[in-house]
Amino acid sequence: MRIVVCVKHVPDLQSERAFDAEGRVVRVGGEGTLNELDENALQVAADLVAEQGGEVIAVTVGPADAADAVRRAFQRGADRGVHVVDDAIAGSDVFGTAVCLAAAIRRLGAEARVDLVLTGMAALDGLTSMLPAALAAELGLPQLTLAARLTLADGVATVRRDLDNATETLTAPLPAVISVTDQINEPAFPSFLGIMAARKKTVEAWSLADLSVDPTAVGAAGARTRVVEATPRPPREHRVLIADDGDAGRRLAEYLIENKLV
Amino acid sequence: MTTMTTLTGPVLVLIDHHAGAVRPPTLELLTLARAAGDVTALWFGDGLDGALPLLAEYGVTSAYQVVIDSPVANAMHLPAVAAEAVAAAVRQSDAALVLLTSTFENKEIGVLLAREIDAGIVVDANGVTIAADGAVETNQSAFASTWNVRTQITTPRAVVAIKPNSIPAEPAPSSAAPGVVTVTVTPSEDALRTRIVERTERVATGRPELAEAQVVIAGGRGTNGDFSAIEELADLLGAAVGATRVATDEGWIEHTAQIGQTGVTVAPKLYIGVGLSGAVHHTGGMQSSGTIVAVNGDPEAPIFEIADFGIVGDLFTVLPQLSAELRARLG
Ligand SMILES: Cc1cc2nc3c(=O)[nH]c(=O)nc-3n(C[C@H](O)[C@H](O)[C@H](O)COP(=O)(O)OP(=O)(O)OC[C@H]3O[C@@H](n4cnc5c(N)ncnc54)[C@H](O)[C@@H]3O)c2cc1C
Repeated sequence: MRIVVCVKHVPDLQSERAFDAEGRVVRVGGEGTLNELDENALQVAADLVAEQGGEVIAVTVGPADAADAVRRAFQRGADRGVHVVDDAIAGSDVFGTAVCLAAAIRRLGAEARVDLVLTGMAALDGLTSMLPAALAAELGLPQLTLAARLTLADGVATVRRDLDNATETLTAPLPAVISVTDQINEPAFPSFLGIMAARKKTVEAWSLADLSVDPTAVGAAGARTRVVEATPRPPREHRVLIADDGDAGRRLAEYLIENKLV
Repeated sequence: MTTMTTLTGPVLVLIDHHAGAVRPPTLELLTLARAAGDVTALWFGDGLDGALPLLAEYGVTSAYQVVIDSPVANAMHLPAVAAEAVAAAVRQSDAALVLLTSTFENKEIGVLLAREIDAGIVVDANGVTIAADGAVETNQSAFASTWNVRTQITTPRAVVAIKPNSIPAEPAPSSAAPGVVTVTVTPSEDALRTRIVERTERVATGRPELAEAQVVIAGGRGTNGDFSAIEELADLLGAAVGATRVATDEGWIEHTAQIGQTGVTVAPKLYIGVGLSGAVHHTGGMQSSGTIVAVNGDPEAPIFEIADFGIVGDLFTVLPQLSAELRARLG
């Protein structure tokens, strides 16, 4: 099994986040971190390789600090890591990001067959869940998204997923792009050995030129959307906090009726 | 509201329906679509005839009924197949804007569709407008609802997925019977590489759907598995019942009740969360709610930082008292 796991460096959910004048995301304090759902994807990859042998390659796209996601992937068992980094990538929309990731995966595929591409079901900073399908389309591979269970047998992946109004079991031949939810496993903490081994690994930096990607097809130049205005929301006003002295339920009823909420 | 006529083609609205009934968020889409242009409805599968009067009432002027020409089971439920079908309808109708309800399934269809028709896409939006120059603009909230963002789609065609409970749905001032066009689509071989070998539709609970409900009552670890006080209140208010991941992982309630970043996003008029701490993973899926009420024994619980009305107390005494009082006062 040669498995690519797409990982993303995201702002810590606890940190304050804002937009700058150009509509780009800035982080106010707080360290970035590995997107939590990517931990689930890395765990799936590690488990498969432990079972069947093979190699796990973490791939990320983003500015210089994004390489951190690959280093954290090393701690979680990735054997190799690629960082697609280029000034022209800034401001990419989902399609631009998919083009960059796909180019890197194709290059890896040219070295040796890639059997599986894994991602988290969403990046918890943007939460749009669009990348896995966009990436599959870009790679020309079948996609299986929102996997809560995954089994592989005879070159076919079988996935169970829970949708808003149905539960489905889907299959697709490998290679395929599979996005996983937090239901699929319980990611293990990086082991001491894993952390030590990660220190010895280096992140391979690939530019758009390395991947023969047209810089105008990605980044702000290639993006099909642009933020025109971002304004902080006013904080909630007239907030009430009471301790229950025996009548809090009645006071809440009063509040709900008064505010025509029931 | 003045009708904008600057779009180059009609607005195509994907009609979500279940057991023959149009899902309520779709009516919000139609209300938004009417303000943007001429509205064409897109319907997958059977049952369109029964829905036509309602669609007409909400301003639909023509309806496309998609027939997927394939022996493959559940083909129309494959996102890649659905995206090809919507793309075919876009080409046939020359639609400039496609609106969908923002569900996981539709977001996947939306992004595949956008790629196919060279459109820009925004998902999880709360609104869509047409700027003076004809460009499609969307509104959405970001960073756990602490920012409002306006985004412009810069391509001639646009795909926008709108969150349920974004706007009040309103019937059109006037309506006429829509013309029906059948669109038969043969899926590509590529789209059929993924197969659905089993699909079980969820049975209705008798309560409103979580994502669509006007009132949501959610319980967490603090319920210790006893949701009876929550259910009593939910029955009284016609509310949906939600939960944290802890409660669903424990098996106290089905996984589909999970609210949050990896569960359902809700934005009801009233959200009441009890016995839950307010972890970012949970609040990320409910922070756009109109009014937030929290009951928690711990005055330091983070949920109180976003609650409009917070009670430091025991859910097992507060909720029954609330239900009794509401029953007495509302009759
Ligand atoms: C990748 C990832 C994704 C996740 N996605 C989600 C998600 O989508 N949705 C989600 O909810 N979680 C999600 N989680 C889990 C999340 O981080 C929290 O663990 C979870 O939300 C906590 O649930 P809780 O509030 O019920 O439990 P706790 O945090 O344990 O809180 C229980 C609260 O109940 C209070 N309490 C106890 N007894 C009573 C009583 N009798 N009366 C009143 N109050 C009482 C306590 O004071 C406490 O504050 C995710 C986690 C990860 C890592």
